[in-house]
Amino acid sequence: MMLDPRGPRFSAGLTTILFVVVLLTGNGWLALAQAAVFAVGAYDPRLTPYGLLYRYLVAPRLGPPAEREDGAPVRFAQAVGFVFATLTVVGYLSGATVVGAVGASFALVAAFLNAVFGLCLGCEAYLLIKRLRTA
Amino acid sequence: MTIVVVALLAFATVVGLVYRARYGRLHAAGGDLPPGLLAPARDTVTLLHFSSATCAPCRQVRAVCADLAGGLDGVRHVELDADEHLDAVRDLGIWRLPTLLVVDRRGNIAQRTVGVPDRASLRATVTEVLAA
Repeated sequence: MMLDPRGPRFSAGLTTILFVVVLLTGNGWLALAQAAVFAVGAYDPRLTPYGLLYRYLVAPRLGPPAEREDGAPVRFAQAVGFVFATLTVVGYLSGATVVGAVGASFALVAAFLNAVFGLCLGCEAYLLIKRLRTA
Repeated sequence: MTIVVVALLAFATVVGLVYRARYGRLHAAGGDLPPGLLAPARDTVTLLHFSSATCAPCRQVRAVCADLAGGLDGVRHVELDADEHLDAVRDLGIWRLPTLLVVDRRGNIAQRTVGVPDRASLRATVTEVLAA
């Protein structure tokens, strides 16, 4: 799977905005919607609502990408996002507001770093997890 | 909660700026490679690149290194999958990908970086290590 690298950056921007709203409102249902988006994204980032928005509304106005990137890191990052979004949902919907806020905070920082700086969190975390798992 | 959001975004901005400033910048390093990790090559500087399938910048490092190794005598590019060399990854203190080690002609680590180095500075560094 090869992706236009600007698509995931665009999605990360929308994800950032969504987690700002989640933190401000404490709305667990909104976080649940984002968890669903991450779940789809872990399967194919192009099929999320953000991905479709990018493909049909944004990409046609930008022209073709200079290069394409492998989809595996993006899918991995979406799976990591799913874990944090799920933590947020469970926290807010069960009344453990602090847990929800912590989950949303991690997700917000990760999405913001991806959107603004292009930081590949999947690359940063992948080896760490691998090393700890086999330690 | 507004203050929390503002603080988180400020924190992320600082992290991002530091990350961007250090990303791909080569710096002097030392140490030996784990025995048997590399096939011996006399009088060759090795660009030893640890990567994984789930790492997008690893592809850029591959392109930069292959390009340099193809254009300079006495330089080779070796790419190792971190998953398959977890012992070496541990010995070398590698936590993030892509990590690039510049190994001198005696087989000692001379320089290292995390991220994608730019072509010009990698070429300058390798030329220096070749001459050392």
